[in-house]
Amino acid sequence: MSSSKAVVILCLLALPAWAAGPNLGVPVSPNDIKAWDIDIAPNGDGLPPGRGNAIQGADLYAQACRSCHGKTGQAGAADELVGGVGSLATPDAERTAGSFWPYAPKLFDYIRRAMPWDHPGSLSNDQVYAVTAWILAQNGIIAPDTVMDSDRLPKVRMPNRGGFFVEPRDRY
Amino acid sequence: MTDQSDRRINRRSVLAGGTAALLPLTVKADPLVVPDWSRVPGARLTPYGQPSPREALTTRSVAPLFGDIAPGIEAAFTPLERLEGVITPNGLHFARTHGGVPDIDPSQHRLLVHGKVGRNLTFSMEALARYPLVTRTCFIECSGNSFQHSLSQPRQMELGLTHGLFSTAEWTGVPLSILLEEAQIDPSATWLLAEGADSDAMSRSLPVAKAVKDCFVALYQNGERLRPEQGYPIRLIVPGWQGNLHIKWLRRLKAMDGPSHTRDETSRYSLLMSDGTAREFPFEMPVKSLIARPSYGQTLPGSGRYEISGLAWTGSGRIDGVEISIDGGKSWVSTRLDATPQEYIPVRFRYSWTWNGRPTILQSRARDTQGNLQPSHAQWKALYHPTQRFHCNAIQSWSIDEEGEIENVFL
Repeated sequence: MSSSKAVVILCLLALPAWAAGPNLGVPVSPNDIKAWDIDIAPNGDGLPPGRGNAIQGADLYAQACRSCHGKTGQAGAADELVGGVGSLATPDAERTAGSFWPYAPKLFDYIRRAMPWDHPGSLSNDQVYAVTAWILAQNGIIAPDTVMDSDRLPKVRMPNRGGFFVEPRDRY
Repeated sequence: MTDQSDRRINRRSVLAGGTAALLPLTVKADPLVVPDWSRVPGARLTPYGQPSPREALTTRSVAPLFGDIAPGIEAAFTPLERLEGVITPNGLHFARTHGGVPDIDPSQHRLLVHGKVGRNLTFSMEALARYPLVTRTCFIECSGNSFQHSLSQPRQMELGLTHGLFSTAEWTGVPLSILLEEAQIDPSATWLLAEGADSDAMSRSLPVAKAVKDCFVALYQNGERLRPEQGYPIRLIVPGWQGNLHIKWLRRLKAMDGPSHTRDETSRYSLLMSDGTAREFPFEMPVKSLIARPSYGQTLPGSGRYEISGLAWTGSGRIDGVEISIDGGKSWVSTRLDATPQEYIPVRFRYSWTWNGRPTILQSRARDTQGNLQPSHAQWKALYHPTQRFHCNAIQSWSIDEEGEIENVFL
């Protein structure tokens, strides 16, 4: 083997692992990904500034949510948000946001990313906190005047928090 | 011209005697004539070929799941009873939408890889197409497929409507391992959040171990660019796992040190057990088989020889064998497989059956190389809460009456 060939091979070996591709990813600053970086962790990481309670949320719910989810969060055409707490082990189990969801911050996550269905992203952070508070209060999980914000929402313990398990074969 | 109905009655009476496939010498085919379509030149070619108009019944059934209040939440069911082989034509591949089909301009679309990585990267679609591509045939099955089969009473509907949120294609795309390495994923990152660019911003958590093992960002389906309903310009392929994980219109992969417990992985695609607890992250789709022919909506014209044909697949290993019962589960026999089973590729099974004209029940059951065997309907129901609808892989039973009519029954 010629020495020049050996140098080429050594250079190839020294390249980082991502040399497997053409390396065409374009770096982007943390500031420039904010509009897309919308997920909220189950422990509340990512929750934005803002606040709201169920009293404020009631009006908003009536305007933006009631037509699909029903006047009280029950018996609407879309998913039930309210009721069924304690029902999961009975034959008439009702899986609602109140009875089934394990993490309160994920209510904020889902409402902000996907609701209202025809205008997702149209609510301000204050409004999302308020509607989240309304759903929690309507389920009896918090009081109607309890303010939800990035500090208090992660501390809300959902009734079915301990209701999930992962089988060994699904553990990673 | 010979009277059709007379001929059929004649044929049925002979086959009922048990001597299969031999027609009496008194039955004669019509004299052959040269038809009009052979006498003049036919139609011009078109840029994108379409199925024969005479096959107009081979379409998907599209169900708006919330009616008019949310018209973009839909399911389109593959007509499994009308297809053969294992590959689903692109226009017939099942689809499930949560916020309609977005109209994405590929020149503006980006894939963002960020989170616990050394550097946040965006990839243009043009750039992704220049990466080393892999091609893999695999099924995608909606986690909610066969929900009709989970009910306590059987529904009488075509196979595709009961089990057609299941399709198979050859997908081509960029391995996630390459993109994650280029972004210098942190060793502490064990999960990814994958998110779509639809108005619902569908999001799911995916273990990094699976992502780097065999997942990829697909650009092509059966050789052509993805169709809008399938995630154009890019979707995630997660072989063998819940369909919902195959995020369409993929825009973002975020490296994390744990799962995000998104709404769809907790409240939707978890499994409620009979005791009221829920199994989260039941990723692998369970072993399943279906007899497509004969099935509901088809009629056996009389006793005689028929080919039973169907599909079997598993998200756990490979199919190890498919048996059928022609006597309602009293006895089982092996079927012939079209191909050597491979991971995540469904296999077509066949069995040559002579029907004696008496009522009976046809069933198929598959087992996989991980030791999983398809349960009976009663066994499956006993495992889960009565309201559990997803991941139903119970044996499908077709009851055939003496007229050759086929009914869906639960055993």
